[in-house]
Formats: sequence, structure tokens, C-alpha cells
Amino acid sequence: MADMKVTLSGVELKNPVMTASGTFGSGVEYSEYVDLNRLGAVVTKGVADHPWTGNATPRVAEVAGGMLNAIGLQNPGIDTFLERDLPFLDDYDTVKIVNVCGHSTEEYLHVVRRLQDSSADLLEINISCPNVSEGGIAFGTNPKMVEEITRAIKKEAKQPIIMKLSPNVTDITEIAKAAEAGGADVLSMINTLTGMKIDVERQSFLLANKTGGMSGPAVHPIAVRMVYQTAQVVSIPIIGMGGIATWQDAVEMMLAGASAVSVGTANFYNPRATVDIIEGMEAYLERKGIASVTDLIGAVH
Amino acid sequence: MKEKEMGLVVATNRLTEDIYAMEVRCKAAMTALPGQFCNLYMEDGAHLLPRPISICKINRTDSTLTFVYRVVGEGTKSFTKLAPNDSIALMGPLGNGFTDLDYTKPVLVGGGVGIPPMLGLCQALDGKCTVVLGYRNADTFLLEEFEKTGASVVIATDDGSLGTHGTVVDAMKEAGLSYDVIYSCGPKPMLRALKETAAGAKATCYVSMEERMACGVGACLGCVCETKDVDDHSKVHNTRICKDGPVFLAEEVVL
Repeated sequence: MADMKVTLSGVELKNPVMTASGTFGSGVEYSEYVDLNRLGAVVTKGVADHPWTGNATPRVAEVAGGMLNAIGLQNPGIDTFLERDLPFLDDYDTVKIVNVCGHSTEEYLHVVRRLQDSSADLLEINISCPNVSEGGIAFGTNPKMVEEITRAIKKEAKQPIIMKLSPNVTDITEIAKAAEAGGADVLSMINTLTGMKIDVERQSFLLANKTGGMSGPAVHPIAVRMVYQTAQVVSIPIIGMGGIATWQDAVEMMLAGASAVSVGTANFYNPRATVDIIEGMEAYLERKGIASVTDLIGAVH
Repeated sequence: MKEKEMGLVVATNRLTEDIYAMEVRCKAAMTALPGQFCNLYMEDGAHLLPRPISICKINRTDSTLTFVYRVVGEGTKSFTKLAPNDSIALMGPLGNGFTDLDYTKPVLVGGGVGIPPMLGLCQALDGKCTVVLGYRNADTFLLEEFEKTGASVVIATDDGSLGTHGTVVDAMKEAGLSYDVIYSCGPKPMLRALKETAAGAKATCYVSMEERMACGVGACLGCVCETKDVDDHSKVHNTRICKDGPVFLAEEVVL
């Protein structure tokens, strides 16, 4: 049987398949449908320094081959997360990656400090949030801001840090290089693509927030392209995500240069998607006579 | 471990211009409660998200659930194309359902496509209840099935073509109903009016809420409604309709 193990900044995962932040809560809900012990890692929903209420409803809308969401990063805050959500995952044999969000550098740092002595194995930093001190522009859209916040977080974090990049930029490789320069250990990409849907009968927006992040199989080719381009210019590992729903999607993402993959929207219509993908990848490696899943990383030619 | 399953369509029926019924043999039928729902999937590659459809009738003997739904978009339209012996992917039962049934004078109120879950509850109560149904017009659906349970049925229509001309609350007043609990499902303005009416009568009021959903299991936080107090799970004034509901005590939610 092929070796499915991958390593991200010194942390070993039993396989490269993890959940995408925000699609899997903190694991408790889907633990009734999928054995979390099978997963390479569970990436928890973004957590902030205090509870966030999120946006008004409707927060979700379907689009062809995908969906839009504007949840607004509703979360119970770091206190509840540390008391209730992270301990739940301690009972499972899987790597724990905690996604962190904030509206200012100080908010991110507060959460990162609180996580220093926790059981989190890695931190994933969502830099698609608006920076309130910079007029609401998303941290992740400006290379200088990305480098600064990465450096600030790296200084405080005890765990390796994964910077999760926004695709809503002109050149994602510039952002990736900035994160690497700031000391990022790993990159996650891509976050959702900003979209909009209008109900033509009501002549109104489907989402209360008007815009939402698009995800699902329809965005997969964009994600593959961005991961490929980024893998050419950085030397840190990349966790590839964006519309991964099948083992073929996961293999494709690794061939493009990803060292691991996250499964997001697919969980909503196939709660077993992660496990199906793991099993499909194992069969693929077996069939191809590939000894290690790491042999796939960037192997496209 | 819970799972998504393939159900077998055993019967389909068009009830009105845009209301359809579909009976499905599935494992979910063995544990379903009135007021719960199932995620129904299209599996066509384009429409990915499940359609959360309330459970209308529960038949444990045949292990079937009957879903009665209104065609509102591509997903529900595709369900109308299904015929007996076709299969349909579904997951459930989901949500909490109506579980607090220990009252002496229950009134069940359904408005529009909020009517179907009330039939399952009415059957669970052996018809020992009063049912108030709000339709658009005399083109009713499920009415005979409610009457068959022996429940006393009161009707309101928007256009006055049957029963009370007006809302379900108007019909309740006209019928002079007395009650110690209201179980309801329907549009938000109706639920709001019932909450006030029940409070005036010092009766308990349960409302079944609706919202656009993605996962249906409480993970994505897509379908929340505002709560009076800070919610124990979310730590904010929001609760998950799919997981913590869809049935709530009216006083706990902001309508």
C-alpha cells in the first residue's frame, strides 16, 4: 500500500486530506457522519478574540456548480473555543489546525497568544478579513500588509503558521511571496472568490450581504491554476483547496504543486467526501504504482 | 454512523398547481419525528446544495416518509420529474422536531407550505387537536387527510374562497378557540402574529422556522435566526435553525 503520509512544517499528517475552514465547524457535527480519525487534519472554523455575530440572513445561495456564502465569520470566540471545541478534537487521532480571524493585527495576535499553550498543531490565518484600521481593505489584498501581519503573527505563534490567501487579487504570487518573506511556514489557497447573485423575479440580491464568497467545483480550475503559479515561486508547502470534491480533484491539486488538500463545499452534499477522497487517492497510487503520495507534489509536466 | 442514503420513490402526486407530494422508502423513516426535515439532493453536478424539505407523513410500517413541497426553483422542479421506482439521495431525519407534546388542548397552525409538517404532528396526536390551516384560496391540499384524523379543522384563505377570509389568527378568533399550546409552521408574519396571540392567551407557542441552508447539520452556520438571549452554542444572539431547530419556543426567537 502506498505511503499517504505528508509533512507540513515538521507536522506529520497520516494523509494529505483535511477539511476546509468554515465548512466543518469544529468537527463535532460531522463526527456523526465521518470518522475524524481517518482525516489527515481537521481545520476548524475561524475563531476570533471575542464572539462574532456574523451577517444577516440569507447567508448562502446556490450557483451553478457551487455556492456563495456570506456567513460573516460567526464564531463563539476564543474562550469557548478553548474550553469546548478544541478539547472535543483532542479525543481524535488527527492533526488539529486552528483557523484564526480578526479585524486588526492586535485581534489576530490576541488569539494566537491564547493558542500558544493549546493542543493546536498548526495555525491557519485567514487574511481575507477586512482590516478596520486600514479602512476595511482586506489584509490579504496588499503584499505589504500581508508581510507585516505574517511577521507579527510568526513572532507570537508557538505553532507553525499557515497563511490562507485570498484569490481576489491581481497577482496571487505577489501575495504568496510576501507571506513567505514575512515568515509563513505554509500557504493555504485559495479562499473563496467574491461573487454576487441577483434574483431576477424579485430584482433583489440573494444574499443579505449582497456579495459572498464563491466555492464549489466551479472554482476548481481557478484554484489549480493559482496553486500551480504559486508553487513555481515559493519554496514553502501549499495546502491546495477550492472546489475539491473527488479524488481526481485532489490528485490534480497535488500534481499542480500542493502538498496537501482541503475539502470544503463538498462536505455539504457529501459528508463522507473526505474519506471517499482518501480511499480514491490510495487506489490511484496503487494502480499507478506510486510509492508515496508526496511523489505527486508538483509532478505535472 | 449517520449517512446519506438512497431512498426509493414509491408514490408521487400533484396536489395543487405548485404543491407536490412524494412518498419515499428510506431508513430515515424509522426514526423520524413530526417537525423534522430531510436534505434531498439533486445529484446533477450543477445544483449541489441539498433542499431541506419538511417531513409531512411518517409511516414506520412501510418505512416511508412523505414530503409535500412547493415548486420554487430548479431543485424542487427536478423533484417533480421523479416517478415511482426512481431513487433519490437524501439525508435525515434532521433537526429537532416537535417533541413537547404533553398538553391538553393543542392547536396546530400551518400556513401555505408550512401545512405539511402539521399533518405528521396531527397524526402523532391521533387527531386529538384542533388544526388551523391557512391557504391562498380554495385550491387546498392535504385537507381531507387532516379531516380523516378526526381533528377539528378550521380554515382561512387569503381570498375568502373558503373558510375565514383572512389570516389564521382571524380564523382562530372567529372560531373562538381555546388552547394551552400552539404548534406552528408558516411564513414569518404568521409566526409573529401567533407568538403575540399565544402570549395574550398565556399559552405555550412553538414555531418552526425556515431559512436558506447549506449543510443542514449545524456546521456551516448558514441558517441562523436571531435569539432573545445569547445562544448557548453560538455565544451570540443567533441559533442554528437546522440543528437547534427548526422548532423553537416562540419566546426564545426574535420574529
